[in-house]
Parts: sequence; structure tokens; C-alpha cells
Amino acid sequence: MAPVAGPTQHDHAGHACCDHDHHGQDGARAIAPPDPRALVSGRGIHVRRGGRVILENVDLDIAGGEIVTLIGPNGAGKTTMVRVMLGLERPDRGTLLRRKGLVVGYVPQRLDIDRALPMTVARFLALGTDAERGAIVTALREVGAPHVIDTQLASLSGGETQRVFLARALLRDPGLLVLDEPVRGVDQVGEAELYRLIGRLRSDRGFGILLVSHDLHIVMAASDRVVCLNRHVCCSGVPTSVARHPEYERLFGAPAARTFAVYEHHHDHAHDLAGAPVTGTAGPQERDVSGESRSGSIGTDGGSRGSAGGA
Amino acid sequence: MIEPFFLRALAAAIGLALVAAPLGALVVWQRMAYFGETMAQASLLGVAMSLALGQNLTLSVLVTAILAACVILLLSEQKVLPLDSILGLLHHGSLAAGVIATAMLAGPSVDLMGYLFGDIFAVSYHDLLWVYGGGAVVLATLWYIWPQMLRIAVNEELALAEGVPSRTIKAVFMLLLAAVIAIAIKILGILLVIAFLIVPAAAARPLAATPERMVLLTALVAIIGAVAGLFFSAATDAPGGPAIVLVLAVMALASLVLAARVRSS
Repeated sequence: MAPVAGPTQHDHAGHACCDHDHHGQDGARAIAPPDPRALVSGRGIHVRRGGRVILENVDLDIAGGEIVTLIGPNGAGKTTMVRVMLGLERPDRGTLLRRKGLVVGYVPQRLDIDRALPMTVARFLALGTDAERGAIVTALREVGAPHVIDTQLASLSGGETQRVFLARALLRDPGLLVLDEPVRGVDQVGEAELYRLIGRLRSDRGFGILLVSHDLHIVMAASDRVVCLNRHVCCSGVPTSVARHPEYERLFGAPAARTFAVYEHHHDHAHDLAGAPVTGTAGPQERDVSGESRSGSIGTDGGSRGSAGGA
Repeated sequence: MIEPFFLRALAAAIGLALVAAPLGALVVWQRMAYFGETMAQASLLGVAMSLALGQNLTLSVLVTAILAACVILLLSEQKVLPLDSILGLLHHGSLAAGVIATAMLAGPSVDLMGYLFGDIFAVSYHDLLWVYGGGAVVLATLWYIWPQMLRIAVNEELALAEGVPSRTIKAVFMLLLAAVIAIAIKILGILLVIAFLIVPAAAARPLAATPERMVLLTALVAIIGAVAGLFFSAATDAPGGPAIVLVLAVMALASLVLAARVRSS
């Protein structure tokens, strides 16, 4: 399969936003990404379904220890792109490279469990992971839902189900964690907790994380890189620069773009969900523009996060 | 004094109950009741084929049930009609075709009722061999794919993303389902086979907290229902297969009503 040339992995670090027709730098990397941290790499992904173009020439990379957020309006093809990256859907054109032996933790968007299936949370978490009860308790505590361990899966609330699926992903100790609309059905406190947890998973355990969201406010700033998708990649880069990009404003409207708040992840200080307070400040912050200074703002995690923002 | 034919019927019913329990639970969990029903009814074409060509009945039914599953799967890929409409169409269409084919190929003297409702009191030692031998193979295979089947039942999308080869596993499951239909068809008939899979599972559901416990309870319900049904049949001269299914249905209804009461109180 002939790879379509695309931007390299690091083009997001400095100059953030690029238009979708930005190609032709380094086609060879599409075949074998030289960066050993690249977990999954899609190049020139095209998907058509029922005569409709869902995705058009999309490039996307996720490296280890990096949080990438996919945003875009409804029907932009976010979930389809995730499914392609997970190998659940075959693109009509394009190249997909996955690191050999990559373990994936996945929290799908639709989590409804059939009531006909009796299944406790504990049993579900042990299924295929062979986790002992101790490990299950730890994982549930980590996602802030230790009380549901003996509850039936089908009787959990939306937010609880999400946490349980996240706990399952953690038990698999994945290289790549994929969360499709993780804050759906989660209240605001839970949302902040969830993002703190996600940040911590990246820094403490080095997961590569792919988030999907149409939520503009908190999500974006928790990420190292935001990719704005509307069938094609409209723009991508560090959160604040994406928020200022004209394409982004056109998609979401200027007011929405302006109210976007930066969420600072203090994940390296908060090792407990009840831990450090969340500081949400309005408006983009200058120091967040480059990946370099973002890494610098992370304090004490002993460098395991490295230059995840891309240096 | 219990007659040998009655003992054979008991042995067949208990054997089938054990094999059917895990499969029935999976059919219920995956909402495949109608799917199985269609597979079973299409098997009447296999009966006709076996009568016309003099082939082994069990093998003909096995092949027909597998073919029916393939046709359903192919048709379920199209987007014009929803799956339940497709199944309704095939279900009735194949039953009609089967009845006509049986009458035309095997002549008017053939006992259609025997194939539709089975004849559990006519079970031979040879049939018992099929129930226990074939059943053991089915259970062993199912044991092997059980964790993967469960993961698919919880969330197929997740199972796939985690690397479960879901197409292969589901194909194996359908093969097992076809095998059980083929084994049970002489005993319970094409109209009652699926009831024997689903009804005990439905009765067990409200009482179970984990999948494995539900399977054990399903087996228990099926055995109790089969034994009680056979004695009921012997006492009243009612046909064996329908008597078993009737007892099972009453048990399932009682269990559901009880569960609903407990939940609402």
C-alpha cells in the first residue's frame, strides 16, 4: 500500500495549526515512523460509508506518554477515526501502522449492557485480564468507584459504567488508552477528577492516550495535542493555538472558542482522586503555547513524562 | 415398574439439558433467540433432504442449519431491512418450504408431526450415543471459547478492540448451535428445540448474579423441567416434548413473576 505523505509527528510542537492540505514532507516516515514512541500511526485515511465521505485524507499519530485529543462537531468522523486507529474498521484508503504487541485499553462511547447478562463488576474486570480481587479493588479505587465492586454491571449509572470500563482498561496495563467521549454522563466534579486521573496515568504509567470529545472547555487543555477534525484535519497543535485558529473558530463559533478554559493538570501532585484542587482559569495562557514550556510546568514526576508534548 | 423406553427418554432429556444450558444462556445474552429459531425451522429442509436422499438425518440437519446461519448472516449485512424482519421472512419461508419439500419428496405418508414436535419416547440407544457423544464435544468446545464468548456478550466492540477474534468465535458458536439443533431434532422436533434452549435460561436469569451461576441454574431448571414433564406426560398421555416445554414455561413464568414482585416490593 502506497503511503500518503503527511506531516511528521513533531510538527505540532512549535507551529501548531496547519491546514489539512499540508503534506509532502517526509513520506518515508509513514511506512516506518522513526520515533520509537509512536504507538499507532495513520496516514491518508479515507473512509466512505453509504456514498458519504466520512474521513478524508486524515493523518494521526499517537506516541507513548502523549495525550492527544480529537475534537470536532457531531458527524465529524471522530468515532470512525478512533475505530480505524483501533483496527475495528478498515479504511478505504490509507495506511495504518500499529506497534507490534501493542496492548489497547478502550472505553467505547456506547456502554449499554444487556440486562439479560448477569455480571458483577468484579467478574467483568477479571474476565480476560485474570486480575485478582486485590488488583481489581486497586483499579476501582484508582477510578474512584470502589463501592460498585459487587454490583451488577447492568445496574450501574452512566458515569459508574464509564469508570468501570476505565478500570478494566487500567488492569490490562495498556500502551495505548482510548477514551471515546469520556465525560458523557459524568458530572462536573467527576469530569475534573477524570481529567486529573488521565493526566496521572500518562505521567505515572506512560500511557499514550487518545481522547475523543466535543467538549471544548476542559478537555483541550488537558492534552498535549489537539486535533480538530471535520472529515479532514482542520487544524492541530497545542491546545491554545488550536483555540485561536480561524478554522476552529469557524467550526465552533468565536464565543465558544473564547470561553475555552485552560485546565492545568496537577496530576503529579495528586495521587488520590480526593487530592489537589483543580484550578481552572479562563482564557488561553501564553506559556502553554509550546510543548516545551508545558513540560517545564510539570513539577515532580521525575521526568517519566519526558517531553511528551513533543519537543 | 419403569419401562426402558421411559428411561431412555429420561437419559436423553437430561443429557440435552446439560448441553443446552450454556448454549441457551449465550443465546439469551446475545438476543439470538429468533436467530436460533430460524436456524431450527430451516432444518426441516434438511429433514426433507435426508428423507429424499436417504442420508443420515442428524448430518443433513447439521448441514442445513449451518447453511441457514450463513444465509442469515449474509442477509443481515444489508441495510434495507432490519434483522428481525429478515428473520421473520426466513423463519416462515423456510418452514413453509420445509413442509412442502417433505411432503413432495417423502410422500404424504411421512409423519410430519414427528419432525415438528419430536418423539422423545422413540429415542434409541443410538440416539443416546449422539446426545452424550456429540454433547461432550459441544461442551468441550464451548469450554474452550467460553471467556471470549462472554467478552463478546458484554460488549463486542470492546472485545474486538482487545483482540478477541470475534468473527471466528461467533462462527464456532453458531456451529455448536447447529450441532445441538441437529442432535436434538429427533427428540424435541424443530419447533421445540429452541424453547428447550431459551426457556430454562429465562427461568434462571432472575436467580443468578454471575454468568456461570446462571448456566448451572439453567441446567438445573432444564433437568427438573424435563423429568417433571416426562412424568406428567406418562401420567396424562400428553406428548413428551410439548409436556417438557410446558412445564419449563410455567417454571420460567413463575420465576419472572417472583422476581418482578421482589423488585417492586
